[in-house]
Amino acid sequence: MAEEKKIFKITIDNITIDVEPGTTVLQAARKIGGDVTPPAMCYYTHLKGSGGKCRTCLVEVAAGSAADPRPMPKLVASCRTNVMDGMVIKSLTSEKVLDARNAVVEFLLINHPLDCPICDQAGECDLQDLSYEHGTEATRYEFKRRTFDKEDIGPYIQLHMTRCILCYRCTYVADQLTDTRVHGVLDRGDHSEISTYISKAIDNDFSGNMIDVCPVGALTDRTFRFKNRVWFTKPMDAHRNCDKCCGKVTLWLRGDDVLRVTARKDQWGEVQTYDGKPGWICNACRFHKKHKYDWEVEGLTNITRHSVISQGKYPGLKMPKETIAEVMGGKSPNLLMDIHEISGVNDPDIDLSKIEGPATSNTFNPDP
Amino acid sequence: MQTLTNRAKLVDRRPMTALERIYLWNILKGMIITFRHIFKKKATINYPEQKRSFSAVFRGVQILNRDEEGRERCTACGLCAVACPAEAITMEGAERLPTEEHLYREEKYAAKYEINMLRCIFCGLCEEACPKDAIYLSQTFAQANYSREGFIYKKEDLLIPHPKENPEAYAKALGERKAKNN
Repeated sequence: MAEEKKIFKITIDNITIDVEPGTTVLQAARKIGGDVTPPAMCYYTHLKGSGGKCRTCLVEVAAGSAADPRPMPKLVASCRTNVMDGMVIKSLTSEKVLDARNAVVEFLLINHPLDCPICDQAGECDLQDLSYEHGTEATRYEFKRRTFDKEDIGPYIQLHMTRCILCYRCTYVADQLTDTRVHGVLDRGDHSEISTYISKAIDNDFSGNMIDVCPVGALTDRTFRFKNRVWFTKPMDAHRNCDKCCGKVTLWLRGDDVLRVTARKDQWGEVQTYDGKPGWICNACRFHKKHKYDWEVEGLTNITRHSVISQGKYPGLKMPKETIAEVMGGKSPNLLMDIHEISGVNDPDIDLSKIEGPATSNTFNPDP
Repeated sequence: MQTLTNRAKLVDRRPMTALERIYLWNILKGMIITFRHIFKKKATINYPEQKRSFSAVFRGVQILNRDEEGRERCTACGLCAVACPAEAITMEGAERLPTEEHLYREEKYAAKYEINMLRCIFCGLCEEACPKDAIYLSQTFAQANYSREGFIYKKEDLLIPHPKENPEAYAKALGERKAKNN
């Protein structure tokens, strides 16, 4: 007997949608999209077991199900709550939820340093966006913040434990994507810290993906460190034939220099899926293919115009034709000043994409 | 003829009388005006010796600030560059080496910092955007120069003098406005 597929009706902020049983409330809200969707810091669709830690996705359940329409007494984490038929959820329309969200952001920021001007994640940081939307202007916290030393875990990844919000996404990447896990969470409570055991290097083919899943700047790309701000680089979709991964990436360019390679992200900040498989990329693609000729560039990545990264990027821009040379019989106009001859910034002799770590004073003033 | 406004005054084109033709009275009238101006307050000053004070909100040429120990405050976060409507500011960041902690305040600093004064419109948005108190619009204007090349201000041109090594120049560069606030 073929069992009829059940479809659950769920109402989120007065918008009703049909979803399959087993879907989480957060996934249902993402299907609706827009402002209804609660923000999520720790939940990651492609990582099994993630979610339920940061509490930013709290929603109010106004009616548990059609069979038992009593409201749930407390706010629930939407990433960990499965839908029931006839469930009524309040997200944006609930005062309680917005209050809780503000409080959660305040909690997340208690130990988070405000070093966004230095942090490489700034501009594409989930916590930055979240606190911009829900955070308070000043902190009420008066005590010493927890601090850790910076740590290089492997040659490519730098760990700033001070910035970590303990979302555990990176440990799930290590668990589920790589065959040998060498890092995890040490200690408990305030002291808990993401680390490798006794500074062991992480050298797995897919370990670089933990940079992409990190919602804050705790895990950053050492090959991109301090080289440019994210919003001054130009994201381009590109691909190459890779025997280890899907090879579909976003290149972050300055001019023709590939400063950084990341996986392609969807609108929720998660890696895009290709044929139902998440498009994780391997370390060879991420850290070693820093030439434009390694890649077949497809075009400008779509960046939402609400993001600072969209500044200065004009998709579909048609430059007017240069006519002076035509009129002057092939002679191009005499420039009164060529800025590239005078400016010391973006020196063609110093190719930042070719140096492995961050630039230092030795890079710019090499000893004779 | 009907005039458009009642302020317009028709030119008197009648031939001059004998008295007017001597011009004496008119010359005298002019001299009285000239003489009166001798006793009025002068509109000009002797510029290089005397200088006018700027308004408290005057926006002059940018300076890159240092902290009280003389370390550079700028961390090359790029907020001034992204706020700049004229796209005049460019920079390149670098990591501070352990031996350079007395030079730079934070672990990242601006290795290169340039303001194209030909583009700058002195709007002050860079000062407003700066999260590190690193860039200020001072109370002096950009110096004139013979060539365009001289208007690309590098970091050395913009940095404020060292407060400990050169306190007088530092205080002068801070200007009146900062001195009052301190």
